[in-house]
Amino acid sequence: MSVALPDAERVYAELVRQLEPLVTPETGMVGIQTGGAWVAERLHRDLGLVVPLGTLNISFYRDDYASSGLHANVRPSQIPFDVNGRRLLLVDDVLFTGRTVRGAMNELFDYGRPESIGLVVLVDRGGRQLPICAQIVGATLAVPAGAKLDLRRDGAGRLSLHLEPGG
Amino acid sequence: MKIHVRGGRLVDPQHRIDGVRDLFVAEGRVAGAGVAPAGFRADHVIDATGLVVAPGLVDLAARLREPGLEYKATLDSELYAAVAGGVTSLACPPDTDPPLDEPGLVEMLKRRALSRNLAHVHPVGALTAKLEGARLAEMATLRDAGCVAFSQADAPIADTAVLWRALQYAATLGLPVWLRPQDPMLARDGVAHDGEVATRLGLPGIPAFAETIAVGTILELVRATGTRVHLCRLSTAAAAAMVRAAKADGLPVTCDVGAHHVHLSEVDLAAYDSHCNLVPPLRSLRDRDALRAGLADGTIDAICSDHTPVDEDAKQMPFGESAPGATGLELLLPLTLKWAAEHKLALADALARVTCEPARILGIEAGHLGAGAPADVCIFDPGAYVKVTPAMLKSQGKNTPFLGYELPGRVRCTLVAGTVRYEAGA
Amino acid sequence: MARNLQLNEKGELQHLLTIEGLPREIIVRILDTAASFVGVTEREVKKVPLLRGKSVFNLFFEASTRTRTTFEIAAKRLSADVINLNISTSSQSKGETLLDTIDNLAAMHADMFVVRHAASGAAHLIARHVAPHHHVINAGDGRHAHPTQGLLDAYTIRHYKQDFTRLSVAVVGDILHSRVARSLIHALTTLGTPDVRAIGPQTLLPTGVESLGVRVFHDMREGLRDVDVIVMLRLQNERMKGPLLPSAQEFFKCYGLTAEKLAVAKPDAIVMHPGPMNRGVEIDSMVADGRQAVILPQVTFGIAVRMAVMSLLGGGAA
Repeated sequence: MSVALPDAERVYAELVRQLEPLVTPETGMVGIQTGGAWVAERLHRDLGLVVPLGTLNISFYRDDYASSGLHANVRPSQIPFDVNGRRLLLVDDVLFTGRTVRGAMNELFDYGRPESIGLVVLVDRGGRQLPICAQIVGATLAVPAGAKLDLRRDGAGRLSLHLEPGG
Repeated sequence: MKIHVRGGRLVDPQHRIDGVRDLFVAEGRVAGAGVAPAGFRADHVIDATGLVVAPGLVDLAARLREPGLEYKATLDSELYAAVAGGVTSLACPPDTDPPLDEPGLVEMLKRRALSRNLAHVHPVGALTAKLEGARLAEMATLRDAGCVAFSQADAPIADTAVLWRALQYAATLGLPVWLRPQDPMLARDGVAHDGEVATRLGLPGIPAFAETIAVGTILELVRATGTRVHLCRLSTAAAAAMVRAAKADGLPVTCDVGAHHVHLSEVDLAAYDSHCNLVPPLRSLRDRDALRAGLADGTIDAICSDHTPVDEDAKQMPFGESAPGATGLELLLPLTLKWAAEHKLALADALARVTCEPARILGIEAGHLGAGAPADVCIFDPGAYVKVTPAMLKSQGKNTPFLGYELPGRVRCTLVAGTVRYEAGA
Repeated sequence: MARNLQLNEKGELQHLLTIEGLPREIIVRILDTAASFVGVTEREVKKVPLLRGKSVFNLFFEASTRTRTTFEIAAKRLSADVINLNISTSSQSKGETLLDTIDNLAAMHADMFVVRHAASGAAHLIARHVAPHHHVINAGDGRHAHPTQGLLDAYTIRHYKQDFTRLSVAVVGDILHSRVARSLIHALTTLGTPDVRAIGPQTLLPTGVESLGVRVFHDMREGLRDVDVIVMLRLQNERMKGPLLPSAQEFFKCYGLTAEKLAVAKPDAIVMHPGPMNRGVEIDSMVADGRQAVILPQVTFGIAVRMAVMSLLGGGAA
């Protein structure tokens, strides 16, 4: 099996290009920990957003808690702005089953009622199990269901994609 | 009925015998050892090849729970447990319900025990009426009913003046008094040895000096009254040292230790194992080691089972609320053998602590196999290990900290007064 | 028991009975998770759905409205159903045994038991008895342990002082009867606190308390010198007069925390108390309400810590 992985930095640049015309000074951005938060951090800076960046840790909203327990390394969610009435961009690295996004939306609504939520993902790998789709997609990849697609960040802050064949 | 016990290793501590020798039993008594008496024709031959033939064990403390506490155990179950454990004579403490403070109760107990045809039962009478520690019991009357000694069991005498008078009165009649030394006020509310383990587990403690203060008081009273006193269930190193000194001084004192205290310590309380809720409490490892040394050097005369059957419900409680005590009749021999092996003691020296020595304290004709002695015999396989499980225990009490242990010594056959009263199943 | 009753085969938390013997990583994990929950309690919706559909039974064999309430709030913020039972007055007096009570409640599909009992070891007994899909949290057993209190104390100390490995912590007062003190001492020593001090009269210190890893001081000024954290313990009313202490006044004179005694500690020392406080017995009002007191934050953190414990116990296939 071999999937040609794109250069994450080029995909990222594509995201920036698509987002630039869409954001306003009032746009709130929220990254899902951890990969989505890395991407959101870069976007927040590169798009010059003024509302402080939020991060979400959806451990408390995962639907596999009953079978897998609480995930380790729970870093707290932080939404340092009022979500009520705001247009939000929710950012994740890889969109797969859609369960993470569902958890994230549930959590966002516990902070208030946003006017809208747009979903931004670096990579859409298919394999959706829920009726969720992203508005802004950097790249679409066909990845076999069992494989694990990961975003990594090196010491210099450069992003890269990695694929581990599933077992 | 004449029985020929053939080919066994005869161990008779009192007569310093340890060797392969046949034993001959006739008319309920030992007819001879080694060579058959003239004209002896056995009705029954027991092959004891590879086994130890020893005097039946004499246990200074076994609660039979009759009268009054039959839900915990009955004479049938416990006397059968006794012979299954090789115990052929036992003393039962007076803490029945009601306590053994009336001749009628003592006579009934003796009669009921006799009718079972199992181990011999020697009641210990109450020292004070209802064990309340206030009014003297009718000791002369109780003696005539069959009490061999007088005791408070675990009930306190808070008033030292009463204890003094009780000892004086017993001395007048020449009766021995058995006392478990513990200052009742210092022990009040306590459920464990006052030490590091109790501190960690948050259990109210009984300090070691609760025992030594009581031993000190008792020894002074013995000095004053001359009463023969037997100290029951020592638990501390310091108390053993006091008894050693008192014996050297010539005081008429003897003492025993419970079989559990020879092996266990506070450390075994671990995660609140209520089977280790014992009276007196399991003390430090240093105390346990001193008790073992005291047994070996003769300071401590006897090991008893302190058999206390407790129903499961009473043990399935938080440690401090659970009923104290452990079943012990069937473990007395294995625990004695385990101690002997660990202490590298000659078998005869170890068995003395559960045969001739306790018999001497009880003042009964038992615990040895000299010619003419009652043929109370315990035949056991010293090399066989037995796993302690609730199912293997004949006692109604399944409560023991040794559940799951493999202990040495399987009783194969027990004779009481020359009759086989127990034979291990194939 | 060879196996630590609190951990499952995978080394994960199965019950929380005592801090003693709990691996350092598990304690740190609980504190880290609690930090995430502190944020949750500041949101508009102070709830997360983790324990939705689960039942938490608060079994209080010994009355304590306060502790019960904090567990109740914690469970509700995790979306659990909470059932409160004060058993001291009901079935126990009818002769039902503790384990009978537990069996009955287990049959009502309890997932978690939060147990407060006057006897040391009660939570262990229950944990040994229940099936593997039930979890037991010890909310205080006799003098033995009150692990969630110890954890919230550790959380509070970490919040204000960060690094345990440089701290001096003094625990003051009735350590003999205190499950709070035992749990905190175990938490501190496990987390690497180099200097833990126990301050009190001999009558209120258990035999061999040094074996828990503390240094004993009978003089409070000496014991408080240069400490970073002071934990005052509650003195029960019935112990203020009797064979342990002559009077509450004399206790306050010797071991009550006043501004003057507090001055010998480090200037930035924090003052803690598990509550409820006896003002003028353990602690002077000036100190209790002063800038160094962190007694109310302790309460807030307590909820997050209990949420963390419940969420770590409640998940995963059992």
